[in-house]
Amino acid sequence: MSVSWFLVVSALVFSIGAAGVLTRRNPLVVLLCLELMLNAANIALIAFARMWGNGDGQIFAIIVMVVAACEVCIGLGLVVAIFRRRLPIDVDEIRELHG
Amino acid sequence: MSEVFFFIAAIGAICGAVGVVMVRNPFYAVLALVFHLLSLAALFLLLEAQFVAAAQVVVYAGAVMVLYVFVVAYVGAAEPSRLRAPVSAAQRALAVVFALALFVELSIAVLGSALAALDTGGPTVGATFGTPQQIGQLFLTRFLLPFEVASFLLLIAAVGAVVLARRRGGIHEEEAQRLSVMDFSRPLTTGTMAEAVGAPLTRGAEPRTLGAEPEDADRAPTGGGGW
Repeated sequence: MSVSWFLVVSALVFSIGAAGVLTRRNPLVVLLCLELMLNAANIALIAFARMWGNGDGQIFAIIVMVVAACEVCIGLGLVVAIFRRRLPIDVDEIRELHG
Repeated sequence: MSEVFFFIAAIGAICGAVGVVMVRNPFYAVLALVFHLLSLAALFLLLEAQFVAAAQVVVYAGAVMVLYVFVVAYVGAAEPSRLRAPVSAAQRALAVVFALALFVELSIAVLGSALAALDTGGPTVGATFGTPQQIGQLFLTRFLLPFEVASFLLLIAAVGAVVLARRRGGIHEEEAQRLSVMDFSRPLTTGTMAEAVGAPLTRGAEPRTLGAEPEDADRAPTGGGGW
């Protein structure tokens, strides 16, 4: 398989994720769509690692996974905090981050 | 043969991604993302990234998605009443147009790049390519600093999540009645080591016996909450 096929899949998944971030209002689903975009970047990184034949791109992909895990952790913590304060779970309503 | 696997995995990944965006119920969106991640792990295997594929399945589709499922189960019950009307059709159409433009742009960037190796399957690699051995060697030699920074980042994220999701706004009912260690400590003047060295008695002259009501029992617990 040529590497460009994987890049096309990566571009498609990234675009779908971007469309989801723009259209959905539930912060949980927005976080899921951010995961899609990060995973699209991961496919591209690993495809390029295969193209060059060395493992650096795979290291980058693992670091991206670490960052995604941190982002999920903080994002879900925010969602739980919003839920506890009886605020509407809607990204259009949560405009300001007062503590 | 690898072409067949590629198309199965790629179609699965794209269908999973579309499902995440389209499905109304957040729980099904999480399940669609799990399907998407498993398909991506198959794609990683086709690219000879065995360790990353295994980490994707175990860490991502396993641990991180369990976290999502927990939060969706916690939050999702109240969702229909607290989530307002869905986005307007104009905004949705605009988002689709933007996504298509983004895809065209990325495709132009890929096709227009002068990388001749894009149309090949990549060079032949050794048997250790993408194995835990190679990843571990790279992490502990060339990429030692990112490795350590990643561990700090995870620690900070864990602490931040605890701080964000903690209970705040005063002491709750059940916490106010919780017994503290001081309720079971010895009465004063009954031979503790502090008295033996002549430390001042700080808790009043009369000995406090186990089970006695403390003086400030009726004071309402008005803790400010927070740190």
